[in-house]
Amino acid sequence: MSIKIALAGNPNSGKTTMFNDLTGSQQYVGNWPGVTVAKKEGKLKGRPDVVIQDLPGIYSLSSYSPEEVITRNYLVREKPDAVINIVDATNIERNLYLTTQIIEIGVPVIIALNMIDIVRRNGDVINLKGLEDALGCRVMETSALRGMGSQEAAAAASELAGSGESVHIPPVFNGSVEHAIAHIEESIQDRVEARYLRWYAIKVFERDAVILEELHLPKALQEHLEEHIEECEREMDDDSESIIISQRYDYVGKLVAQCVIRNIKAGGTDSDKIDRILTNRVLALPLFAVIMFLVYYLSVSTVGSLVTEFTNETLFGDWIYTPLSAWLARIDASPVVSGLFLEGVVGGVGAVLGFVPQMTMLFLMLSLLEDVGYMSRVAFIMDRVFRKFGLSGKSFIPMLIGSGCSVPGIMATRTIENDRDRRMTIMTTAFIPCGAKMPIVALFAGAMFGGSGLVAVSAYFVGISAVVVSGLILKKTRPFAGDVAPFIMELPPYHKPKLSNIAHTTGERAWSFVKRAGTVILLSSVILWFLQSFGTVGGRLMMVPDNNTSLLSSLGGWVAPFFVPLGFGNWQAAVATFTGLIAKENVVSTFGVLYGFAEVAEDGTQIWSRLAADFTALTAYSFLIFNLLCAPCFATIATIRKEMDSARWTLATIAYMTGFAYGAALMVHQFGLILQGNGLTFWSGMAFLVLALVLFLLFRPKPRVHGRYEPVSAPAEYRAVCPVGCKGCPANPENRKQIGRNRP
Amino acid sequence: MKTLKDIRVRERARVQKLHGHGALRRRIMDMGVTKGVEVFVQKVAPLGDPIEVTVRGYELSIRKEDAALIEVTQERSL
Repeated sequence: MSIKIALAGNPNSGKTTMFNDLTGSQQYVGNWPGVTVAKKEGKLKGRPDVVIQDLPGIYSLSSYSPEEVITRNYLVREKPDAVINIVDATNIERNLYLTTQIIEIGVPVIIALNMIDIVRRNGDVINLKGLEDALGCRVMETSALRGMGSQEAAAAASELAGSGESVHIPPVFNGSVEHAIAHIEESIQDRVEARYLRWYAIKVFERDAVILEELHLPKALQEHLEEHIEECEREMDDDSESIIISQRYDYVGKLVAQCVIRNIKAGGTDSDKIDRILTNRVLALPLFAVIMFLVYYLSVSTVGSLVTEFTNETLFGDWIYTPLSAWLARIDASPVVSGLFLEGVVGGVGAVLGFVPQMTMLFLMLSLLEDVGYMSRVAFIMDRVFRKFGLSGKSFIPMLIGSGCSVPGIMATRTIENDRDRRMTIMTTAFIPCGAKMPIVALFAGAMFGGSGLVAVSAYFVGISAVVVSGLILKKTRPFAGDVAPFIMELPPYHKPKLSNIAHTTGERAWSFVKRAGTVILLSSVILWFLQSFGTVGGRLMMVPDNNTSLLSSLGGWVAPFFVPLGFGNWQAAVATFTGLIAKENVVSTFGVLYGFAEVAEDGTQIWSRLAADFTALTAYSFLIFNLLCAPCFATIATIRKEMDSARWTLATIAYMTGFAYGAALMVHQFGLILQGNGLTFWSGMAFLVLALVLFLLFRPKPRVHGRYEPVSAPAEYRAVCPVGCKGCPANPENRKQIGRNRP
Repeated sequence: MKTLKDIRVRERARVQKLHGHGALRRRIMDMGVTKGVEVFVQKVAPLGDPIEVTVRGYELSIRKEDAALIEVTQERSL
């Protein structure tokens, strides 16, 4: 039998560091089912029989956020043998607030007072014995960052797991609350497992929506319990949820006053001093710009592109492609086999793997910023801008990186803790034109617009507008209108980065990308290669020498009519759009191949005249807009799939992007035609309809929906307003449950 | 009625009452902003919102519209 130990604690309490410290490289990383919250599991170093489960960082065990629900469900349903509650000793008061809740669940708990080295350096003193006596569980000093005490805490936890020691519950609440809780315990004791009785009773007292639904108490019993709760509320002059929270904090406040002696330094800590500069009203924005420039410059422009060039030219070109093609020629492989390997596998996967060094560099810097605590300052500085369109301050970084490549951009959304904000950022990041879309822009700018730099500028403008418009539209849709995340965020103290932590995070993110290149991307590249190289000649499927007769071109022929309203109904444009799915810069080379040039420059100089014959300025721009905004490349789609951890959300994202692109290109082309003096047609009517739809979606009132985690209990101010309780009135307790569900 | 939004930078206040409801109210309280606690307004973000306050010994960032739900009384500043 293996022992399961869960790590629980506040965000920024050093949980991840301790997890890495305990498990080393033996980790399994995935997502919790149905949400974008990461799930990590690993075996304790030197103890293969002990499994360590890292739980999401949380502040409380309410039912308002997926992280909190995941944690409490895990603690109650998966029954870990012991919990190590990691407490940031430098921020002990708020951390112990969560501790009081974890202890109540009735699982054996070890408290790890983490970052104890900083406490000592500050000259603060914590009375461990006092805390142990009050909380009824062992308190151990640790500093995961310095690798101190973690192993001992894990050893103590695994020992505790087998001991079957009964759990002591600290006296957190006062007489009247305890009285009401005792009543509830008595009434529900045959409905819940004995060890969780107190936990359920307190949650019933708080009117926790999820628990009430789970228990499904008979109406009469619920009303009876409601009387007790209301009596207590009248006595304390507050609602039950607030009573519980206040009393917990009062208890913890007193405990901390007894057990912690603070050495208050004049001028604040080092972290305060750093923050005074980095979030200074005047300096913050310029410094932010400099830091972002450095991150971008180092990873995308200098080190990153040097290594990328090496990977593309030398590694995949000289070291893999050339010897492989020579070998294939030597063994006299059939053109099908060599085509499959050289163009399909090496070409497709190589194009994607070429990004790996650049991405690793980028992840390295982001992990660094995250680890030292600058990320939450980014959100603090940028929040005002992004909240206007339903995103959070932390959405800035993914979008900035997305201008290099959407794949690391979407992976960078991992720094957004909130599920809803994270999904929305993932859905919009790929609208920002990435580096691979720039050749398409250059091609059309050169061929149709005299090489004007304005085309590139407008590409970014279109991308940013798409993000803003989508944010405004999406935040009013059902999945996003519900659980709005309050932006009430901790600004953790800055601390020195831990290199092994950064290396770990970077390696993990880069590796998960490489793995995908080997699976999804490999498969889609091979399929597209097949479509591109095979065709039917005289009724027989065979390899065809040029794309014009390939399966892909027939496919392009079928699809082309859909693009007629957008102005580019020729099959070459349709095929180019398809090959753009492998990598967006393929659009240029595809045009090259289709127009009969084997090799074209990156901006496709050779085919400018051919393009100019097939496109007008208007249709070219429409094509450009469609390709900038439509479904991203396979690598990005695979990343979206991984990060969303849901096929439905991935499909929704692709469908949304493609639909958005179609609408935008349709409007550009049709309104352009009208401006050029053409009359109204069916399609211009459709364009007006699309415009009307977009305006409606932008300006409609927010629908009255609620997320899963909205509580059932009525808002306190309704109950306080009127004592009469007429039928249908929100103040009437009878209507409370219903009101909770439909309240605006 | 004075709320946390009205407290100027580098001034102190004591929480009297919390308005609002649901997830937002719970979150504010979970972060330690409960009746009777003392808060100190550290600074305002460069773009004028959110604000940073010290509560229960740590730094918390909160938007002004949410701070307006926290009823406070002004304390003497140091």
